[in-house]
Amino acid sequence: MKVVVCVKQIPDPNTTGQLDPQTHLLKRDGVEVVMDPGDEFGVEAGLKLVEAQGGEVTVVSMGPERGLDAVRKALAMGAAKGILISDDALRGSDALTTARVLAEAIKREGFDLVITATESTDGYTGVVPQAIAELLDVPAVTFAKSVECDGSTLKVQRQTEAGHDVVEASLPAVVSVTAGVNEPRYPSLKGIMGAKSKPLDRLSPSDLGLDGQGGASAGQSITAVQPAPERAAGEIVKDEGDAAKRVADFLASKKVI
Amino acid sequence: MPFTAEHDALRETIRDFVAKELRPHAEEWEAAEWFPDSVFRRMGELGLLGLRYPEKYGGQGGDYFSALVLAEEMARCGSGGVGMAISVQSEMATPPILKFGTEEQKQKYLVPAIKGEKIASLGITEPDAGSDVANIRTRAERVDGHWRINGSKLYITNGVRCDFILLVCRTGKPEDGAHGITLFLVDKNLPGFEVSRKLKKLGMYSSDTAELSFNNVEVGDDAVLGEIGQGFYNLMWELQGERLIGAAGSIAGAEVAFEETLKWCKEREAFGRPIGKFQVNRHKLADLYTEITVAKNFVYSVAEKWNRQEYPVAEISMTKLVVGRVTSLVADTCLQLYGGMGYMAETGISRYFRDSRLIRIGAGTDEVMKEIIAKTALGL
Repeated sequence: MKVVVCVKQIPDPNTTGQLDPQTHLLKRDGVEVVMDPGDEFGVEAGLKLVEAQGGEVTVVSMGPERGLDAVRKALAMGAAKGILISDDALRGSDALTTARVLAEAIKREGFDLVITATESTDGYTGVVPQAIAELLDVPAVTFAKSVECDGSTLKVQRQTEAGHDVVEASLPAVVSVTAGVNEPRYPSLKGIMGAKSKPLDRLSPSDLGLDGQGGASAGQSITAVQPAPERAAGEIVKDEGDAAKRVADFLASKKVI
Repeated sequence: MPFTAEHDALRETIRDFVAKELRPHAEEWEAAEWFPDSVFRRMGELGLLGLRYPEKYGGQGGDYFSALVLAEEMARCGSGGVGMAISVQSEMATPPILKFGTEEQKQKYLVPAIKGEKIASLGITEPDAGSDVANIRTRAERVDGHWRINGSKLYITNGVRCDFILLVCRTGKPEDGAHGITLFLVDKNLPGFEVSRKLKKLGMYSSDTAELSFNNVEVGDDAVLGEIGQGFYNLMWELQGERLIGAAGSIAGAEVAFEETLKWCKEREAFGRPIGKFQVNRHKLADLYTEITVAKNFVYSVAEKWNRQEYPVAEISMTKLVVGRVTSLVADTCLQLYGGMGYMAETGISRYFRDSRLIRIGAGTDEVMKEIIAKTALGL
């Protein structure tokens, strides 16, 4: 089984991100970057499937040169091959352009299953997985909190507000996995050393026949950004014998209970 | 810098592991004066107990700097005792098995120790002999083709929980001195091998420290590690590695304490400004930063020699000596900068103050380090 996992290098979510006042884009220079924590679940899901079914995991990433670290980490975790699509022109790409580039790279590589996170932890558009599926003309199964695959059919528990739906799709398909779908492994030193000798393709949009795609061709633009409103102080319930009732009343007023 | 991109990636893995799986339990383990054995198994599973051991014994095949990265990152786990216990397991009790052991001994002890399935300890110090190893009294006597061991060992890290001990015994006559010492690998479950006491300490609470007694413990020739009578010299080699990794972990601990204190000095305000902005304090911080940077780089330069299989005895002693001084300075100054808050248990700086004091005593005191430097480098 050939599994392709999409990964992204992002500014460390444990640090406070800064927006460029001119472009409204997240500042990526001079900040600590890490593999998107959401993508670690995707890599782990892919590795688990090929360990059970046989086959290989290829990781694909679009981003600046530093994105190589995320690809290398996935290789150190156990992926067999990496692809990084990098070009200055891609800076400022919108979600659709990102999906086009990733989909084209995935198509060229060949796949039975594409795994992504539900959304990136920096941009949060949450539409790239579905767009990739559409461009590849395969089903998109999203918000999977568990993934099973026998090599021809994908079966997932799709997270819903009330619980989960069981969804099946035949391969090839795209599945997006939620954080917590599994316990991502730590790369071992042996894995880290071994990653150096694994194949790594460095591509540009023109290698994929996508000349002119990038920030300049983006169909969406960010016109303004506003800081999130400060959170209002919560209400502290002091127990004067009736705290339980007041908390219950509050929850009831919010229709939680 | 001696670190490659692969070391950096390893550091990221370990930092992640320490933050997720060790740090959250630090307070609980300190209070319990114990941490679970499962930490050894988990670290074995992740390959962290055999970073620089050959792959044929289950190791990861890395260099000395991989082990150094582990020692440095363990300093972030919030509990000095855990890092010390792991160092004993992978950098003190087991390197002699790789270097001097038979294939059978490597399979029996080294392989499971790297997996974290057997816990190792190292028995040198006794009630009446510490740094003067040549005067130890624990005896292994030849009886009917066996060795019969009698004696006791003190201050043994992992001693309560260990599965086996690398035990330093006298096999020759007392007048043979250093020539009459032999190393043994002794299983904990043998009749006559008892834990007499779990000892209370100033710091390093989470690590178990034992007094052990050996009462007619019988072992075969297969328990002898290295050559009979060569134990003292083999142990001196072991002690170099022990001192170096101890110094590396300690200076990393000083760095972590410094980082925390710096943050505190930027946040805590007094008399209308952050306390770090007072010249008296920022000079202190500049001094600490300088001392830590210099000591750390000295550790790295000596570690590069050790990594090249050189044997820089005087420099390793200097490493531990200088790191001990810097550590004491950092611990005392940081506690002072924290003021009342630093004296409280909750900030962790008081724990660091207690834990860090050991580096000037363990694996040979400051005074013993000076003796070694005077003898080996100065001809005195």
